[in-house]
Amino acid sequence: MSLVQQLPALQVAVPLLTAPLVILLRGPALAWAAASAASAMAFAIAIALTATVLSQGAISYDMGGWPAPYGITLNIDALSALVLLLVTGASAVTLLCGRASLGQAMDPGRQHLFFAAWLIVLAGLSGIAITGDAFNVFVFMEISSLATYVLIAAGSDRRALTATFKYLIMGTIGATFYLIGVGLVYMMTGTLNFADMEVRIADVTDHRPILVAAGFITVGLALKAAVFPLHIWLPGAYTYAPHMVTAFLAACSTKVAIYILLRFDFLVFQGNFDVHAVRFVTFLAPLALLGILVGSAVAMVQGHLKRLLAFSSVAQVGYILLGASFASAAGLTASIAHMFNHALAKGALFLAVAAIATRVAGLRLDDIAGIARRMPFTAAAMALAGASLVGIPGTAGFVSKWLLLQAAFEQGAFGIMSAVVVVASSLAAVYYVWRIVEAMYFGTPASGETATADSAVAEAPWPLLAGLWLVALSNIYFGLVPSLPITLSETAAIELLRNMP
Amino acid sequence: MMTVVFGIFLLTLLVITAVAIVKEENLFTSVMLTGIFSLLMAANFFILDAADVALTEAAIGAGISTVLLLGALALTPRFERKGRTGRWLALFVVSLTTLVVMYATFEKPRLGDPNAPVHQHVAPWYLEQTPLLIDIPNVVTAVLGSYRAYDTLGEVIVVLTAGIGVLFVLGLPGAVGDRKREDLATGRTYLSHHLVPQVVGRLLIPFILLFAFYVQFHGEYGPGGGFQAGAIFAAAIILYALIEGEREALTVITPRMLMWMMSGGALLYGGVGIVTMLLGGNFLEYSVLAANPVTGQQLGIIVIELGVGITVAGVLLAIFHAFAARGR
Repeated sequence: MSLVQQLPALQVAVPLLTAPLVILLRGPALAWAAASAASAMAFAIAIALTATVLSQGAISYDMGGWPAPYGITLNIDALSALVLLLVTGASAVTLLCGRASLGQAMDPGRQHLFFAAWLIVLAGLSGIAITGDAFNVFVFMEISSLATYVLIAAGSDRRALTATFKYLIMGTIGATFYLIGVGLVYMMTGTLNFADMEVRIADVTDHRPILVAAGFITVGLALKAAVFPLHIWLPGAYTYAPHMVTAFLAACSTKVAIYILLRFDFLVFQGNFDVHAVRFVTFLAPLALLGILVGSAVAMVQGHLKRLLAFSSVAQVGYILLGASFASAAGLTASIAHMFNHALAKGALFLAVAAIATRVAGLRLDDIAGIARRMPFTAAAMALAGASLVGIPGTAGFVSKWLLLQAAFEQGAFGIMSAVVVVASSLAAVYYVWRIVEAMYFGTPASGETATADSAVAEAPWPLLAGLWLVALSNIYFGLVPSLPITLSETAAIELLRNMP
Repeated sequence: MMTVVFGIFLLTLLVITAVAIVKEENLFTSVMLTGIFSLLMAANFFILDAADVALTEAAIGAGISTVLLLGALALTPRFERKGRTGRWLALFVVSLTTLVVMYATFEKPRLGDPNAPVHQHVAPWYLEQTPLLIDIPNVVTAVLGSYRAYDTLGEVIVVLTAGIGVLFVLGLPGAVGDRKREDLATGRTYLSHHLVPQVVGRLLIPFILLFAFYVQFHGEYGPGGGFQAGAIFAAAIILYALIEGEREALTVITPRMLMWMMSGGALLYGGVGIVTMLLGGNFLEYSVLAANPVTGQQLGIIVIELGVGITVAGVLLAIFHAFAARGR
């Protein structure tokens, strides 16, 4: 077999097998270099796979040479390609430009273990996005979750440990619920392969175990995806994790859970439950709307920069679910495109936070007052990313919010209500992003700082600044030329709706 | 009929133990009860004809994790602190979940029903094809080691991640940048003033090690394999550490060697996958390893099981040492 045909397996195997090598390396610099190289390679593989999917359609790969449903099959379609791009891209950018920020967070003696855990998270999240097997999803969910706890526990604040513990308990419950659901589906269908399950479940949909399985899987994955009101682990985890970890996780980890939720609900349950479209909407739409409102409202009053952005993420998960809960092609396209665009905006914002943290001790809004004078480039990139988060025309955030509004107007009265909520929440976003911008540009530093320190320009290290600007400018690029995310989302939406009556 | 009676008996005991664990405030008693819980669970798995799972549960659940929990207990107070917040909510959620699962079981196929979907679709293929394609008697090993080898590789990485996590938070004694190995206990240990456990333990260790190797290399024929063997091997070394002191145990298997075991096993497993790719097959397609595909499959399974055993033993020992060193 040629190398190109082996790419699906290598997508997971490269980071997965570099991780054990990294823990043997002495010295943090070497460990970082190995992890970055593996991560960059994973990103390159994801780009190659996406190009193949765009030109030739979905790819499948039989692990161990065993055909489905007897072995485990990897499947890459438009939706998984988009998620793979997000996961590997976020990891590559944050690792390559994050050396200085990470070195600040922990002592050198433990860094090789940290980078190994990072690669395992990368492999785990990519493994979930690429597989076509329901139990394999669980295995890789365990891998990524366990390693994510390690990454968050690396935060320099002692409260990182309690935040990790909370996330560990909630995450384990979520994964267990998913496993119970998959177990029930296996009991009734005798298969673990998604495609096979899709066919075989049709005979047994009116049985109670399948109904209960749908409930367990949806709730379990909603926990992992931080769907309101199951989001309570998220603000603490995002706030106390090392800044680079926050940037990486905020860009992709909840999206991977949403990805599996969409896949299960639409492909396995949707077409086969006659009334399932109704149930999906009745269950998720109110939670999505509440999440948008509560997340935005709480973000408006937060004083800590990372906590503010974390609550904004809760609202953004709401947008993504809202589009999906319309159960229409337009809604799903908006939802999937928003996964991509939100990752760009939030990734850039948290990178900017990391850049600021290399020069400033605290991250409360008071601490960053007047920072624009000392770190002009960082502040400008943050303002740009903030504009994308709000959805100013010309940025990536605008594209998907506009699609979401259009999809909402197809939905009648409920759609109008959703549209009102989306607009209200965007206004809230204007408010909380403005609070950051105002503090950075117009705030006066707290007394005690001398005038000399104030006027001296002390920018973040250049690799971090370069990564930050790369992501910030891609917010503009995908705002003006949104063809890649839109093509992938439209294809994915059509695939997801293929079983709909 | 006897199976049903045993099943009801064991499950009743299981529920009683679970309630006792929750109610008990003395953490030491709770830990001991979790050991009993795992042993009952292992018996249940055995009744359900899942001998491989039973062996794993007995070795890891009842054995190693009890020791690790005791190690953790040395770092915490002896009694549970009363927490009052959210108890009713927790009780409500647990009751609701229980009721929902019970609701689901009303229409589940009867236990052991040959017409159940699980016995009609994939499983018969495994039973029919394994003698032809892999030719080993233990089909469970064939499923875990070959048909779903990718999942098993994932599980090995889960174990490795657990090790990485504990070492990251607690540190490995004697490793670079950590306290000196000389500070660790020697001579006077948990069991040093008990003559009977010392004598019996010393007698048992060689046999436990031998049994670990038997379970490792007999996995193709009977219940067993890398996970169980690794746990049993680690149990023998932990027993040695309890009797002779952790310093002696760390002299036998040094911290550096532990790191090599942790990552080496996973690399051996993944390396098989890379080799099969280089030989023109898919990832973990063992058939290409030898001229005869059946031989290739057997070879692949033996090597990856060895990788599993090495990583599991390394990780469990590293976690034990990390906790034990923190305890003093």
